[in-house]
Amino acid sequence: MSTVDARLSVFKTYKLYVGGKFPRSESGRVYEVTDSKSKWLANAPLASRKDARDAVVAARKAFGPWSGATAYNRGQILYRVAEMLEGRKEQFVREVAEAEGLSKSKAAAQVDAAIDRWVWYAGWTDKIAQVVGGGNPVAGPFFNLSTPEPTGVVTVIAPQESSFLGLVSVVAPVIATGNTAIVVASEKSPLPALSLGEVLATSDLPGGVVNVLSGRTAEIATPLAAHQDVNAIDLAGADDVLAKELEIAAADNLKRVLRPQPVDYAETPGIERMTAFLETKTVWHPTGSLGASGSSY
Amino acid sequence: MPTTAPAAHALGDVTASDSTLRRFLHGLPGVDAVGLEARAASLGTRSIKTTAKAYAIDLAISMVDLTTLEGADTPGKVRALGVKAVHPDPTDRTTPTTAAVCVYPDMVAAAKEAVAGSGVKVASVATAFPAGRAALDVKLADVRDAVSAGADEVDMVIDRGAFLAGNYMKVYDEIVAVREALGSSARLKVIFETGELSTYDNIRRASWLGMLAGADFIKTSTGKVAVNATPANTLLMLEAVRDFRAQTGVQVGVKPAGGIRTSKDAIKFLVLVNETAGEDWLDNHWFRFGASSLLNDLLMQRQKLATGRYSGPDYVTVD
Repeated sequence: MSTVDARLSVFKTYKLYVGGKFPRSESGRVYEVTDSKSKWLANAPLASRKDARDAVVAARKAFGPWSGATAYNRGQILYRVAEMLEGRKEQFVREVAEAEGLSKSKAAAQVDAAIDRWVWYAGWTDKIAQVVGGGNPVAGPFFNLSTPEPTGVVTVIAPQESSFLGLVSVVAPVIATGNTAIVVASEKSPLPALSLGEVLATSDLPGGVVNVLSGRTAEIATPLAAHQDVNAIDLAGADDVLAKELEIAAADNLKRVLRPQPVDYAETPGIERMTAFLETKTVWHPTGSLGASGSSY
Repeated sequence: MPTTAPAAHALGDVTASDSTLRRFLHGLPGVDAVGLEARAASLGTRSIKTTAKAYAIDLAISMVDLTTLEGADTPGKVRALGVKAVHPDPTDRTTPTTAAVCVYPDMVAAAKEAVAGSGVKVASVATAFPAGRAALDVKLADVRDAVSAGADEVDMVIDRGAFLAGNYMKVYDEIVAVREALGSSARLKVIFETGELSTYDNIRRASWLGMLAGADFIKTSTGKVAVNATPANTLLMLEAVRDFRAQTGVQVGVKPAGGIRTSKDAIKFLVLVNETAGEDWLDNHWFRFGASSLLNDLLMQRQKLATGRYSGPDYVTVD
């Protein structure tokens, strides 16, 4: 027996990422994750509706501080995420290659693109307000200002096929504008998403801003779509039947719904995914010469 | 329904003098701390689901003493609280009312007005709450003030300093004096501030001392210190009221207060009540929760059971 081969392999326990912590599923369940050739890779937690509920509580708690943070600060933190990803690139390349059956170089290209996308969205945090907000000309002695504000707690059904680049492309725009997210990872390939949780936990991103759940998409997404404390849902990873069902459930508290659409995640995105989860607030501010009191009233 | 008359007859003359009282309290069996905590923890693992959960939530709502005890309390806030106590969930009129609203003495009149005609009681803290560091005359004046304003229940704090110094008779006399000042109509809750009593043995002694002095309720804490109601100290007090009724025939209520924020916690306490004191205590005449944020969580859980959808803080009032 050679001494080098005698070392036992250390398997990784993949866990959920909720509220800045790494819990197992409340249900205690796991399911087998395989690569593109049906070879076993790891056991991933099979999240239940109670895990989804806990994630909403965590996301709601994080919303105030995160949406209240300056856009500049959010940009810094998102950039930090990209830095951390860069340091763990090898791991993500391996996980993406296994999950999607890609060659190492193709997987590396995906991961590079995903890291660049974080940087791209990090730059948008303090610029989006200039693009979609502004001063409106009105016929009266008023300033009329429109500013974009985050929608709130957003459920993101991550794309099923593009396990990492697709995931980053739907999560980053949601949190860049100050929303908090509950991410339902790709059912077949959840490992890159669960590892992303570990990166986010070490990137100054406050706990609860992104929460990652793995498991059966329909089982987790259904209670989230009906949840009264979720403000919006991105159906990117839902198939037609599920998307319809979720949209009906989401109508109950008038959630914002982003329907699934064909996207090439390799291309540079527009700002649609950011504006989809922004509300426009318009305020009227009286103008006029100031009186002696310092006010025009 | 058992009466709540002073129980000196059944326990002989343990309150005759300082030394007999001390001998009695120190003669109580010591508490097995590990066993107590293990018992409380194991009872906390019971799974209460579906119809039992619905029953437990409604029962818990009916047991809430909806509390606001802040320096910033205004008559307006107390009125809002009173309305919430009467109609906890305005969108669902089948929701039970809470047991009481709990306020400072100067807010009793406002609270009384807000809950008039609803059956919701008004409880007032008194006796220099929460520290209890004032002369007896001042404490009694505080109590009379609350009662004359119309309080149905008075929550007094014991003199922890005297208790910890071993001056049990002083504590006893104070409770008796407050009991007399209340008159016959109002019920007396005695707060021990278990977080300041240091040991489980002390909590057991305080429980018996309070019951001997004529408390209608024994209450864990003020909610103003770091450690408030825990399952273990509530279990200990439930054992005390059970044993007290077995010896004297007098039933005394229990009120854990502070730190109970979720429906899950509340249901754990109800399991403790059922398994320790028994079904006789599963009524808001004998068991209460001193809480403010608990009610919202109970209401959200109730809405979840009714609709099948998880509710959120947008659908309950913020107070």
